[in-house]
Amino acid sequence: MKICCLVKEVPDAAVQKRIDSSTKRLDRSGEKNLNPFDTHGIEAAMQIREGGNAEVDEIVAVTMGPESAVRALHKAVALGADRSVHLTDEALAGSDVCATGYALAKVLESEQPDLVLLGQQSDDGECYTIGAVVADHLKMPSLTQVIKIDVGDGKLTCERQAEYGYDTVEVDLPAVISVGDAINEPRYPSLKAIMGAKKKPLETHATGDVGIDAGEVGEAGSKTQVLAINPPPQKEAGEIIEDEDTNETVEKIVAWLDERKLI
Amino acid sequence: MAGGILVYALHDDEGNFNKNSLGAISEAAKLASELGTEAAAVVVGDVSDDGAAGLGAYGAKRVFRAKDAPEGLAQPIVDVMAKVISDEGFSYALFGGGLLGFEIGAGLTARLNAGVTMEVTEVKVQDGKLVAERPVLQDSAIVDVGYVGEPGIIIGRLNAFDANEGDGGSAEVVDVDIELSDWSTKARMVTRGEQRGADVNIEDAEILVGGGRGLGEKDNFKLAEELADAMGGAVAATRAVVDAGWYPYAAQIGQTGKTVAPKLYLAAGISGAIQHKVGMQNSENILAINKDPNAPIFEFSDLGVVGDLHKILPKLTEAVKAKKGG
Repeated sequence: MKICCLVKEVPDAAVQKRIDSSTKRLDRSGEKNLNPFDTHGIEAAMQIREGGNAEVDEIVAVTMGPESAVRALHKAVALGADRSVHLTDEALAGSDVCATGYALAKVLESEQPDLVLLGQQSDDGECYTIGAVVADHLKMPSLTQVIKIDVGDGKLTCERQAEYGYDTVEVDLPAVISVGDAINEPRYPSLKAIMGAKKKPLETHATGDVGIDAGEVGEAGSKTQVLAINPPPQKEAGEIIEDEDTNETVEKIVAWLDERKLI
Repeated sequence: MAGGILVYALHDDEGNFNKNSLGAISEAAKLASELGTEAAAVVVGDVSDDGAAGLGAYGAKRVFRAKDAPEGLAQPIVDVMAKVISDEGFSYALFGGGLLGFEIGAGLTARLNAGVTMEVTEVKVQDGKLVAERPVLQDSAIVDVGYVGEPGIIIGRLNAFDANEGDGGSAEVVDVDIELSDWSTKARMVTRGEQRGADVNIEDAEILVGGGRGLGEKDNFKLAEELADAMGGAVAATRAVVDAGWYPYAAQIGQTGKTVAPKLYLAAGISGAIQHKVGMQNSENILAINKDPNAPIFEFSDLGVVGDLHKILPKLTEAVKAKKGG
């Protein structure tokens, strides 16, 4: 079995995020990290490999992004991927969900995986959609927010929470599965794995290398347009208490509750 | 004239429609009247004539029903909606908040090479076209998104659209024959809507103590329970801890859970992710206790306490008991 893990480089959670008002795009400069949700996808791949129900020949980390996204790939390899693929091209800048899904599907087509795993959302764009877009392009079944995967003969049995409770769904391979963060606790990479990550094979592709029609990606190929960026309606900032002396803190909380007739 | 707006109406195994789907139909009807066009709905699976026609009350003029497509998984519904949109020339597809809407909308994006906007909180008409408002960056900015070409796909945030049952009358029910794509039949529902954990009622409570991953472990939910008992309230939970098996699904708030608006919501160890926020942001008073000063919950709480809830909760429980007793 060959597993491709889609990963993404996102601004570090501790960094103040903002939108560049001239390009109307998310300002992706500053400290970057591997999307924490995607680490659950890599861990899921590792657990399938170690689980013994399927022979996993290869785990490949795949990303699309600027040159700096190589760091996310190194991290993915340190966490267990055998090699990585980087789709990078000026033509891709400004791609929306529709264009990004198409481009990623093209890279995956060149890899022919049996299973594509990804995190249920990215830490920055707050999308939950890429997996299902990619799946339809690849003509594969897909399921999102999966919290349990059992590998069977040519199929997976997956569990996830939907609108009415927990669903159990059988999915034939090849398939695209996005995983929820409850599926596992990603391991910490060993120092050796971190040191060795840069030596693992990394292929770089431009759009033309994997048959992407450059007119269908980037800002020109996108089907949505950001027309304006506005501040949200102002909500009065709440009061903040730093707990130094817990007895005092509790007194303040009780007074606050009492004032509002909540006790 | 623009083509109409097509809405997917999700239903449970008893044929009850989802509140967010009904809200999306009402929203589509309002927008369609501004655009001078029609709002319609798609239903799949076992939906009665009366059930389908009843969506007219919320503003659907026509209801396209594909009996042969199963309910509950996205890809067969992508097949149905792609066919109806192409055959009937709809300009927009609109979804209420919910997991399946996200998946179907995403599938349509690929199938129809169409623009998509998700987590939409408001839709407006601008120059004869729909523009979607979407909060981004933990709700610190709102972007207006327009569509290049048709159709445009709009996926609402949970509870963004209110259902209005009006006097729209009965919708015309149109049965659709559908041939499912190969890959749409490769995922099969084994069991749907399994309830895990005790059946608890949190929707009627005036005071809710919500527990999140910050509680540290399953056993620590007793800290939340003792406080809720002292205050005369109930205990709610985030998806993360429900998925982890710490607390029953029936107590879950947010996306794929319950929506509540109690007098007091006390968030204990909850970071305040959007998926949770959408289920409790209309609470009258929000009190958050979290050790991370950067937790998003502090952005929308009325009182935020930065500290260790393992120290604070037991003392708060005692203080509340003393106050009530005295």
